[in-house]
Amino acid sequence: MYDIAKYEEAGSVQEAIELLLVNPNAMLISGGSDVLIKLHEGKIHDAQLISIHGIAELKGIFLKEDGTIVIGSGASFSQVSKHPIVQQYIPVLGEAVDMVGGPQIRNIGSIGGNICNGVTSADSASTLFAFNAKLEIQGPDGVRYIPIADFYKGPGKVDLRHEEILTTILIAPEDYQGYSGHYIKYAMRNAMDIATLGCVVLCNVEGGKKIKDFRLALGVAAPIPMRCKGTEEQVKGRIFTEALLEEVGKMAIEEVNPRTSWRASKEFRIQLIQELSKRAFRQAFINAGGEL
Amino acid sequence: MLVKKITFKVNGKEVTIEVDIRESLLDVLRNKFHLTGVKKGCSVGECGACTVLIDNMAFDTCIYLAVWADGKEIRTIEGEAKDGKLSKVQQAFLDETAVQCGFCTPGFVMSTTEMLESGKNFSREQIKKELSGHMCRCTGYHNIMLAAEKALGREDKQAVQID
Repeated sequence: MYDIAKYEEAGSVQEAIELLLVNPNAMLISGGSDVLIKLHEGKIHDAQLISIHGIAELKGIFLKEDGTIVIGSGASFSQVSKHPIVQQYIPVLGEAVDMVGGPQIRNIGSIGGNICNGVTSADSASTLFAFNAKLEIQGPDGVRYIPIADFYKGPGKVDLRHEEILTTILIAPEDYQGYSGHYIKYAMRNAMDIATLGCVVLCNVEGGKKIKDFRLALGVAAPIPMRCKGTEEQVKGRIFTEALLEEVGKMAIEEVNPRTSWRASKEFRIQLIQELSKRAFRQAFINAGGEL
Repeated sequence: MLVKKITFKVNGKEVTIEVDIRESLLDVLRNKFHLTGVKKGCSVGECGACTVLIDNMAFDTCIYLAVWADGKEIRTIEGEAKDGKLSKVQQAFLDETAVQCGFCTPGFVMSTTEMLESGKNFSREQIKKELSGHMCRCTGYHNIMLAAEKALGREDKQAVQID
């Protein structure tokens, strides 16, 4: 049995916030594929859980009238990757979350949990960085919005107060319309593995050659997911060439700060960043209608 | 709350039971309902031996709180044979000798059943991906792939070598 001292079920976001307010030791559980494993491994004791597992209002995926894509934080990875809106407008996000764990994990793990864990390897995070996703966070004082890049404070640390809940992920039309992308997860196995490195490129291509906009985001290239803003500035407005591809790889490694872990050395990660940036760029360019 | 009364369907039969909030669905299915075809393997959602269908989707029951089963419809391997006749997937696993020690088999059968009932066509690569949440430590994947392909109507591709 799990080491759970207290368990409460919230029927709504409001109720979950109220439960959080009265119990400073409580923690949220959504899909459970992180919390229950930590409990199993003895990393959490006497857990006081507030379940937001069954809250329907957290699971919706829809388009707002202004074209903003709204993804409920409680949507499972499978719900995200199989959703027609994701497949039509932001397929690269669906492809990225379809690389999390295995099918059963994707059926239970939530995209919100993936972000709130604050880990740099989260398959959803780098792609959401590339889309300039905004997060809607609800607390006792109301709702606030924060760009995902500001949400990450450090490894495992996010800008979420105890009594707050990440409710939705928003992607504005100007951040996805006209863009195509490609995500590469580098891991030791094709399934049931954590990214040694995650790399995503989004491109907006004009006339088959010109890179109107370019975004490069990486996971595990630094303590938190990151964008290579310097590289992006250098690529915007340029014509695609093989030489530019090489340049991107070389510029990207100047911006990153990977570490050595048991999965891979810093040097290997740098090599991965250089190579995967190029590969993701090439494929994203083709996906965006670019002509090689 | 330390116990909760929940009602759910298991293998077609509606049941109401009081569960401890600390229990996984795996423990409840095995210990209260004696559905020991739901195997306890890794307990951390990696091996897939405890896979059942919840509302016709595959889930690892080791990392699924029992209280979450309230109102759900659960299918385990025990409910797959009807009137003494094996399901199409079970029969395919038997025909292809896709069983060695048998520990991973119920999970593989349940995931393959979900695929079959989706009505979709699966390529070999897609089948591999859909079954990637299961581990067979007898390394019997070759026959498991043959069985899944047979169950999913891809018998014609059986001659292809698995890499």
